[in-house]
Amino acid sequence: MSMRSLDASAVLLVLVLGAGRAFAEGPNLGKPVNLTGIAEWDISVHPDGAGLPVGSGTPAEGAKIYVAKCALCHGQDGKGSAESPTPLIGGGPITDISASMKTISNFWPYATTVFDYIRRAMPWQQPMTLTNDEVYALTAYILAANKLIGENDTLSAETLPKVRMPNRDGFIIRFPDLIQ
Amino acid sequence: MSQHRRRPRNNQISVEAVAGNGLLDRRALLGRGLAFAGAMTTGATASLAAAAEPLAKPPWSLEPGAAIVPYEVRSRFEKSVARTLSNPNFRPGAQGARTPHHLLNGTITPSGLHFVVSWGGAPDIDPDEHRLVIHGLVKRPLIFTLDALGRYPMVSRTTFLECGGNSAPLFSPEPIQDSVQALHGLASCAEWTGVKLSTLLDETGIDSTAKWFIAEGADAPHLSRSVPLKTTLDDAIIALYQNGERLMPANGYPMRLLLPGFEGNMNVKYLRRIKLVDEPSMSFWESKIYTQLLPNGKAYQFYFLQEVKSFITRPSPGLTLKEPGLYEISGIAFSGTGRISRVMISADGGQSWGEAALQEPVLSKAFTRFHMPWRWDSSPATLQSRAWDEAGNVQPTRAQFVAERGELKKIPPVAAVLNQHCNCITSWAVDEKGEVKHVYA
Repeated sequence: MSMRSLDASAVLLVLVLGAGRAFAEGPNLGKPVNLTGIAEWDISVHPDGAGLPVGSGTPAEGAKIYVAKCALCHGQDGKGSAESPTPLIGGGPITDISASMKTISNFWPYATTVFDYIRRAMPWQQPMTLTNDEVYALTAYILAANKLIGENDTLSAETLPKVRMPNRDGFIIRFPDLIQ
Repeated sequence: MSQHRRRPRNNQISVEAVAGNGLLDRRALLGRGLAFAGAMTTGATASLAAAAEPLAKPPWSLEPGAAIVPYEVRSRFEKSVARTLSNPNFRPGAQGARTPHHLLNGTITPSGLHFVVSWGGAPDIDPDEHRLVIHGLVKRPLIFTLDALGRYPMVSRTTFLECGGNSAPLFSPEPIQDSVQALHGLASCAEWTGVKLSTLLDETGIDSTAKWFIAEGADAPHLSRSVPLKTTLDDAIIALYQNGERLMPANGYPMRLLLPGFEGNMNVKYLRRIKLVDEPSMSFWESKIYTQLLPNGKAYQFYFLQEVKSFITRPSPGLTLKEPGLYEISGIAFSGTGRISRVMISADGGQSWGEAALQEPVLSKAFTRFHMPWRWDSSPATLQSRAWDEAGNVQPTRAQFVAERGELKKIPPVAAVLNQHCNCITSWAVDEKGEVKHVYA
C-alpha cells in the first residue's frame, strides 16, 4: 500500500469515527427544565398518593360544587342523564360483561383515580379550572355518596390514598411478561 | 354444484378446488388473467358475457378538465366512501369514527379515513407553541419543540392501530346486522414517521429505577396512559407524519406516541408529556375503560397487545353478489405480535379450509391483505377467514372466544363499545340471491 492510499484510509477512518460519534450524541436540541418549570403540567396522581397536591375538601363542600358544575351532565342524583348516562353514584354487583356495569363503587380499583380524572378532565367544558381544594371536595362528595368514606371525612394527600376501594383485587394482568 | 375442471393449457393454471363451496387454489391468482378469463367464458357463466354496447365519445373527453388544485380532494363520485360517526352531535363523551374497510383496498388507510376514538374532540394546536416535556426518573428533564424534533434522525414504520374496543359488536348474543365498517372499523393502517423515543431518552438519560412512562396528551381530557418502558423502548416513536404528511388533527396533530402492536388508546395523541416513573398511575383509561370484564366478574387489566385478527372485506354485508361466477375473496389480517404467517378461508362455515394468498410485503404489525379465488354457484355459503401470526398465535372461533370471555346479555347498539379485545372469527353468510349477512357459525 502506498503512502498516498494509507493517508486516504486514515482520513476516511477519521471521518467515519467522527460521524459515528456525532450521531450517537444526537442533536441535543432539548431545553433543560427544572421541577418548577414542569409543575403546571405534572398532574399525574398515583395510587400511593404520589403527585397529590396540597389541599383538602369535604363531602359537604363537594355537594355544592357538584350542583353548580357537574349535575347538568351527571344528573342531580349522580345517576347519569341523557347527556351522560355514566352514573357516578351507585352500582350493584357486576352480573354481566357489559362495560355499562362498571361504576366507581363496584369497579374502580383506586380512589386516587377519581381525583386524577376530575382534575385533568372535568368539568367537560372547562377542564383544569377547578382548584385543588375543589377537586378534593368533589372526590369526597362522590366517595361519600357511594358510602366509601364517611359524610364527615376530609380528603387530602394524606387521607385519599388510604381509601380502599371494594374492587381493588378484581383485576388480572393480561400480559405480565410485558411488565418487567 | 357444477365443477368446471379444466386441463392446463400453455401457461394457464388450472382452477382447482381446494375446499368446499367453490374455494379455489390461491395459486390460480398468479395467472389470474388467463385462468379467470377461461373460466368466466364457460359453463354457467357463459351466458352472462353478453356483447358490450358500442363505445361512444364521453363528454369529459371532449373538453379540457378542471384546473389542478394545490391540495387535491377525491372525485365527487367517491363522497360515500366515508367514516361513520358514533357521536355526530358531539355530546359529552367519546366519539368514534370507523374506517370503511368494504370500500377500500390495499393495506394503507387514507389519512382522512383513518379511524378515530376521541375522548375530548380534536384540539386546535398551534404547532409552534406545542411542547413535549420528558421528565420524572431521568437524569436531565428536557423540553422539545416540534421544530427541534424535526432535526432528529427519523424512522418510518408502517403499522396498524386498533382500538381496544374494535369488533366489540361480536360480544352481542345475536349477530348484529351491519357492515364490516360497523363491526371492525376501529382499526386502520398507515405509514408513520417520526423520532424514536429512545433517541430522546438517550439525551435525557434514564434513571435505573424507571420501569414505566406516563404518556399524556394536550387535549381537553389530558388523556394519560402508563406504558411499560423496557418492552416498548425499541419500537416507540414520536410520530410527526402520517402517510407522508403531518398528522391529521383527530389523529394527534402535531405529534403522537406510536407503539406498534399496542392497544390504540396507548398511542397517545397530542403528546405533550412523558414522565418516567416506577409504577403505573392507574389512570381512568387504564383502570376503568380499557379493561375487559370477564364472566367471573374479574377484569383483565393492562391488555396491551392487539391480538391476531382477520376479517373478510369483500364480499361483506352491503356488497351483494349480482351473479354467479368467479370472485376474489379479500380481506385484512394483522397481529400486534408480529407478521401474519397464514390466513385460511372457509366457504362452508368452517368445515373445510383453503389457504389464502398473502399480498407482499407482509410487514410486522401491519395490515396484510389476503386474497382467495372463489367460484360462487349461487348456492348458500358461509365465508370465514382465520389468521395465524409468526409467533404461532391463532384467531379463535367465536364459540371458543365467548366460551372463555363471555357474551353480552342483550344486543347492544352497534356503535356501543361494551367490552374490549375481541379477535374471534367473523362469518358472512351469502344467500341464493347473493346478499351477505353477518352470522355466528
